[in-house]
Amino acid sequence: MANLAAVVGIGQTKYTTKRGDVSIAGLVREAAVNALQDAGLVWDDIDAVIIGKAPDMFEGVIMPESYLTDALGCNGKPMMRVHTAGSVGGSTALVAASHVQSGTFKRVLTVAFEKQSESNAMWALSTPQPFSVHLNAGAGGYFAPIIREYMRRSQAPYDVGIKVAVKDRLHGARNPLAHLQKPDITMQEVEDSFMLWDPLRFLEACPSSDGACAMVIASEDLAAQSPKPPAWIRGVAMRSEPTMYAGREEVNPQAGRDCAADVYQQAGITDPRKDLDCAEVYVPFSWYEPMWLENLGFAAEGEGWKLTMEGATSLDEGGDIPWNPSGGVLCSNPIGASGMIRFAEAARQVRGDAGDHQVEGAKLALGHAYGGGAQFFSMWVVGSEKS
Amino acid sequence: MSQEREMITGIDVPIYLQYKFTAGTAPARFLSQVKKGVLTGQRCPGCGNVYCPPRGSCAACGLPTEEEVVLSDKATVQSFTIVAIPIPNNPIQPPYIIANLVPDGSNLSFIHLMSECVNEEVHIGQRVQALWKSEEEWDYAMDNIRYFKPIDEADVPVERIGHMPVTGWED
Repeated sequence: MANLAAVVGIGQTKYTTKRGDVSIAGLVREAAVNALQDAGLVWDDIDAVIIGKAPDMFEGVIMPESYLTDALGCNGKPMMRVHTAGSVGGSTALVAASHVQSGTFKRVLTVAFEKQSESNAMWALSTPQPFSVHLNAGAGGYFAPIIREYMRRSQAPYDVGIKVAVKDRLHGARNPLAHLQKPDITMQEVEDSFMLWDPLRFLEACPSSDGACAMVIASEDLAAQSPKPPAWIRGVAMRSEPTMYAGREEVNPQAGRDCAADVYQQAGITDPRKDLDCAEVYVPFSWYEPMWLENLGFAAEGEGWKLTMEGATSLDEGGDIPWNPSGGVLCSNPIGASGMIRFAEAARQVRGDAGDHQVEGAKLALGHAYGGGAQFFSMWVVGSEKS
Repeated sequence: MSQEREMITGIDVPIYLQYKFTAGTAPARFLSQVKKGVLTGQRCPGCGNVYCPPRGSCAACGLPTEEEVVLSDKATVQSFTIVAIPIPNNPIQPPYIIANLVPDGSNLSFIHLMSECVNEEVHIGQRVQALWKSEEEWDYAMDNIRYFKPIDEADVPVERIGHMPVTGWED
């Protein structure tokens, strides 16, 4: 049986298109210092550092972790890098948590980042393969056909994605750290925006951001001494599956369903919509909200879009299960950090420390990340109480 | 120097990466056949599904796929996107259609370009066929097929996409 662990410090940077004032080292250090301050700790209190980021070609710096030891205060301490594509921010947090839950370390600093302005992620995702044509039009080009298939199956109205795009930007307008600030966005504005990867419009896609997110995870006894309320880790799960095989369910991946079932079982959740107070879910393209609502069991298959359209996931409409109160990936997307931001924002909610995007009385929250060809999943459930 | 100059905060340093690709048995066989203008796949001895391009194993069953199957160059549209932005280092001009296509006789889609079509009329289940480059241009590459274009055949019902025999509708 794993030991209890909790998030005792959270630090983020302001997400933006280009942080020209700092190097990668400066960026990750800023998030780490913010997390230490939030936890009321100093560098010497940290036993180990777990770092994560998405593919190295996103900045063109190979194995950046080897030069970030100084910036993250881990001279003489263990450091480990995690890599699971877009889900890496989530799996990095889980690797950090497991080092505390196992009793190996008492306090671990975990950091995830991306400095997208230093390269071109679409280029980095479009490397030619000799047995295939070179037509990889970035992540949007990969996911748009899967979204089209979801639209066909569910017969959802055409404007579900538009509604998600508006909802998450209105949430983001409450979060001063969010990259896109669009408090006046309208359905019409999204609908009129450029059709980028049909059926996905420009405003239905995530931005490219620079940013880093960090957390301090501590053991039960040390968490109890923490100056601010801890977010207790109540369930952790990761699953993966191959990208390509005949008959693969791409719209509603098996690995996502299995991962959710595992994390819910650990946290004692039987009805996620009822039992959870909010969720921070990796939605980089608008239609992934209804798709993940189904994959994560908040709605029956083919019905996810109804929750979106009813306003169930909207803070502004007083929904019963707000999704991405921080504005989500649709507002800020430093890719390698995006998963950790979901995990950290779920923790902020149950610590009652989410500012203007606080879900009132939130006690139990889900953090979710996915990556690759929707083949890597990582999730945690955090709570204001130990059990 | 009396003139004020803007501080340099970054410089562009392009990186070029060239890889030597060791194809392995399955892709080597596949690419040799494509060079002759023939699409092939490999069948999984476990589930019976045919993979094109074959990578040497079935990811669902974990078994090597050794039986080679000659496929048709007719295919069905499983899904698609109309892309409005250029691909880095690719001369193709937007808007263009990238489709997930399942060739007859195969059970898994690959992506390729669709052309000679009305973009707004492209749909799931649509029948298409390869338009090959002229023979002297053939190489060890899927680019030997310039693109796929619609053909005058009945749509494939959704439940049959990915399950068409190599003989297509003539079966």
